[in-house]
Amino acid sequence: MANDVLTYNDDTLIKEQGFEDHFHDHHDGDKYQSNFVTHYIFSMDHKIIARQFLITGMFWALIGAAMSIIFRMQLGFPEESLTWIKPLLGKWITVNAETGVGTLMPEFYYALVTMHGTIIVFFVLTAGLSGTFSNLLIPLQLGARDMASPFLNMLSYWFFFLASVIMFYSLFLSTGPFSGGWTAYPPLSALPQASTGSGTGMTLWLMSLTFFVVSVLLGGINYITTVLNLRTKGMSLWRMPLTIWAFFVTAILGLLSFPVLVSGFFMLICDRSLGTSFFLSEIFIEGAALPNVGGSPILYQHLFWFLGHPEVYIIILPAMGIVSEVLSVHARKPIFGYKAMVFSILAIGFLSFIVWAHHMFMSGVNPFISNFFVVFTLIIAVPSAVKVFNWITTLYGGNIRLNTPMLYAIGFVSMFISGGLTGIFLGNSAIDIQMHDTYFVVAHFHIVMGVAAFFGMFAGIYHWFPKMFGKFMNETLGKIHFWITMIGAYAVFWPMHYIGMAGVPRRYYSFNNFNSFDDFQLLNQFITVAAIIVFAAQVLFVINFFYSIWWGKKMKDKNPWKANTLEWTTPINTGHGNWEGKLPVVHRWAYDYGKDGKDYIPQHIPLTEEEKAAEGSH
Amino acid sequence: MDASLKNNYGNKINPQLFGLWIAMGSIIMMFGAFTSAYIVRQAAGNWLEFRLPDLFIFSTVIILISSITLQVSYNAFKQKKELLYKLGLLISFLLGLTFLILQYKAWTELFGIGVDMKVNPSSSFLYVITAVHALHIIGGIAALMVAITHAFTLPFFYSKQRKMRFQLVLHYWHFVDLLWVYLFLFLLLTR
Repeated sequence: MANDVLTYNDDTLIKEQGFEDHFHDHHDGDKYQSNFVTHYIFSMDHKIIARQFLITGMFWALIGAAMSIIFRMQLGFPEESLTWIKPLLGKWITVNAETGVGTLMPEFYYALVTMHGTIIVFFVLTAGLSGTFSNLLIPLQLGARDMASPFLNMLSYWFFFLASVIMFYSLFLSTGPFSGGWTAYPPLSALPQASTGSGTGMTLWLMSLTFFVVSVLLGGINYITTVLNLRTKGMSLWRMPLTIWAFFVTAILGLLSFPVLVSGFFMLICDRSLGTSFFLSEIFIEGAALPNVGGSPILYQHLFWFLGHPEVYIIILPAMGIVSEVLSVHARKPIFGYKAMVFSILAIGFLSFIVWAHHMFMSGVNPFISNFFVVFTLIIAVPSAVKVFNWITTLYGGNIRLNTPMLYAIGFVSMFISGGLTGIFLGNSAIDIQMHDTYFVVAHFHIVMGVAAFFGMFAGIYHWFPKMFGKFMNETLGKIHFWITMIGAYAVFWPMHYIGMAGVPRRYYSFNNFNSFDDFQLLNQFITVAAIIVFAAQVLFVINFFYSIWWGKKMKDKNPWKANTLEWTTPINTGHGNWEGKLPVVHRWAYDYGKDGKDYIPQHIPLTEEEKAAEGSH
Repeated sequence: MDASLKNNYGNKINPQLFGLWIAMGSIIMMFGAFTSAYIVRQAAGNWLEFRLPDLFIFSTVIILISSITLQVSYNAFKQKKELLYKLGLLISFLLGLTFLILQYKAWTELFGIGVDMKVNPSSSFLYVITAVHALHIIGGIAALMVAITHAFTLPFFYSKQRKMRFQLVLHYWHFVDLLWVYLFLFLLLTR
């Protein structure tokens, strides 16, 4: 049945049956790629913008991960000398003049934790993941020439770049970057006196994230408009690949939730600079009372988590979409329960807006209101379970190719299950009150939205690397990368569940003063060692990535994975406008694998007579 | 660039106009956040009560009239009445500026009776909400200025492209107008 030599003659087919949109008629010079600057830097081509997002995201991922290694060393080996990173961190390592032992300053430990969260959540897993793949795949998989507004798309990247520059600059301030946690709760974020990073560091943090939100909004407007307006002929909503559904709902979530964060930021800025009291009340600093009366820090938490919770779905939904596509392609089977998948994406998107207070069970929220949030939080398990079930049944009986993208997609499902189950624990306020702010929470969200989202991203990078660069990434290095990351990520986060259940709190610089936590020192060392190994594997990935761009195995066939989606009908070096002549016309959904004895039938292949008859009969 | 990607897929709705509507959805969420934060904070007590300046009524009337004049201008453009079209644009622009001035006057009036930004969260909210709204009005005025530049520098003719551009300005202006009406009623009814 599996017929690997089956190929389709796309060019003739699109020429004969394609949709003429007169795109190439008025070709007064190629405005997208006229010179180096407009091609590679201020590019309006969605494919270049996708690569810009990806590489900027990788830059941030390395910084964010390196930060975690430094604070993990503090947690795992608090007694060891850190003098050797003094050249990098400078004054943040204090060296004892007598013993020569270098210690990480607590202020900088908090800055590292804060920046690690901010960078990974926003710059890597929002911009780097959704920015990359929404840009690359939405026009290509829908059969569009480009985004609805290539100009806004370009601005979207450059606002992200501006946000990146500001945040990067803040890392080098003499007072250090912001250090009050990535959630930036007041009063730590509202009072410049609160900590070293709360002054200029926080000002730059707010500026950076405001620009970041502008970037997300510009991108999101484009994604939604493109999905709803620029689909090629025959591409009805119900024929869209699941990747597009995921990016579409992600963009809607971003557009509805990020503005709420911005309004919180406005109030925070007023509290910081204009003396208002939105979030501040009756605070004493060094014995003197501040004039601010009547504010409520809980109000900020509501505003923050109204974004913050949809944000975790903004991170995970694109990964889910990518995984659905990769699993189906490499299992050579149609995705199981396509409509159920779409409805669960929509359900998750909807529910994500009415569960935010489950982050605040310990903030003094009325317990009766908590009940409401508990119930809706637990309901999210239903669409999530539907998705997991469908991924597994897609794999079941499939003709599985165990290559790197597929391994990552399967790894994603594993991570999503392990992390999702602990979410059910934490969603219950009764348990959450015990677990709150312990390493159990850290383990939960790292597995379910950190590692899982990274796995989705890796699956996507390995799968679409040929489309992006015309080359393949090295398989052997890819598999080494996968196995170290898979085993290593569990080795890092699994023990944290135990530590957390024992009550070890997160965000502590050291546990020297708590004898009851001494027993976990060995486990903490184990986690740190595992984290260092996983980090080394990521360096391997980066090397593989850049090596393959120039010297990777060349892509000879337009459709190396024998996939059904439209991006594989474009030329290997996809130029401006994506398709050289006419646009492909879509006749079927994206998942006709193994149908009627054929290995795969791409979306632009017309229905056969039998299929037409079958379609008419129901 | 955009022209080459213009709507040639047989869809009735223009992608740029559609994008604008999505952006409006975003803006609604932002003001939704402000006004719900307002309600939550108000319910917590320690809330300074003060009378809204009467100037807000005038500014509301002004902004409503500006919407009407812009609509008149748009209709005139469609009927190719050049003079009315240009006049309508100019008047709307001036009314927009008047609105901003009135808002500023209302602020100074409040400030004059001792209700400044810091005195209580209730006044902080009022200033922040009106200020962020004013920023959106400034955005609309900038768009109007572009439209006016087009109207007075380009030779007058009717084209679908120009009508579409005008529609973008028109829809946005109506939107920030109605947004203010909502905010004003909200502030009035939560007194």
